[in-house]
Amino acid sequence: MKGASVAATVIAFALGLAAPAFAVEPATAASAAVAVAAASAAEPASAPATAAAGGVDAYGELRDPALQARFEGLTRQLRCLVCQNESIADSNADLAGDLRRQVREMLLAGRSDQEVLRFMTDRYGEFVRFSPPMEPKTWLIWGAPFVALLVAVIIIVRVARHRARMPVDDEPNAGQT
Amino acid sequence: MWKYLLPFVAFVALAALFALGLNPKRDLHALPSPLIGKPAPVFKLGDVSDPAREVSNADLQGQVYVLNVWASWCMPCREEHPEMLAIARQHVVPLIGLNWKDDRARAKDWLDRFGNPYQAVAFDGDGRAGIEWGVYGAPETYLVDAKGTILFKYISPITPEVWEREFLPRIAAARKGGA
Repeated sequence: MKGASVAATVIAFALGLAAPAFAVEPATAASAAVAVAAASAAEPASAPATAAAGGVDAYGELRDPALQARFEGLTRQLRCLVCQNESIADSNADLAGDLRRQVREMLLAGRSDQEVLRFMTDRYGEFVRFSPPMEPKTWLIWGAPFVALLVAVIIIVRVARHRARMPVDDEPNAGQT
Repeated sequence: MWKYLLPFVAFVALAALFALGLNPKRDLHALPSPLIGKPAPVFKLGDVSDPAREVSNADLQGQVYVLNVWASWCMPCREEHPEMLAIARQHVVPLIGLNWKDDRARAKDWLDRFGNPYQAVAFDGDGRAGIEWGVYGAPETYLVDAKGTILFKYISPITPEVWEREFLPRIAAARKGGA
């Protein structure tokens, strides 16, 4: 029994390892995936290069606070491909700066968040997004933490039942000298 | 029975996971490009040595060609450079350079000093063409077929072995299959 539960714990742990740490917000990702599908009919076109100059203040922030908020949200969701564990909002890598510029220009050109995300995934792959979309090939990523939890619950229940059947030891140190 | 088998199965599963994850040959930074099998993004840029001269991959339609992304600040590109010169000497395929996020004068100086293996070098100083191609580091090398479809992308410096193993067979196959 002990060997089996240890092994099950190891499996649960391995499953936990297999599930990337970024799989934390299933609800948001699921809704985003739907929105991406809805927006996929839109035609990608390049943002005008001059758009950035007008809409940006002296600190490089977008003048429109709503746009700036969307900009911050988007750049936090996008992975810097040079450092890979930093978002393009946090990264000092040169490429991250270029991608921030790209996001800013697309927002100023009136693009939706989904269009920006699609622009990035079309060029850099799904890896560029910190939260992967819910789709058949990512079910393992989203499901693994719950599977691990289920396995853990089964182990705990089994161990608890096993212990409940054991005789109560009312003299804990009886065997010691 | 399964109580005794399970630890063994778990061990094998974990060993397999670690063998995959810890494989020293696996390059954690090499990401599959979503552009493989897609039309190559078209760029129209000035030549690195002569801004007035336009370099566009649209002019290469109908030919299999190789696009090498490089920069003068990129040390691995220096390392790769002799192989680029060797490839140019083979005359098997047009070799186009994309000078990515570089300084024009430094790039020119680099080509003067180490030799220019490229048929033409497009100057992408602000990296916009690079974004279109999904470039996230240098050197990167793309193989494009006669229909303008990206067939293959290789990240990190090309060595003679990589050229022979990854590129030459694909070039031959692209020529046989395509126009």
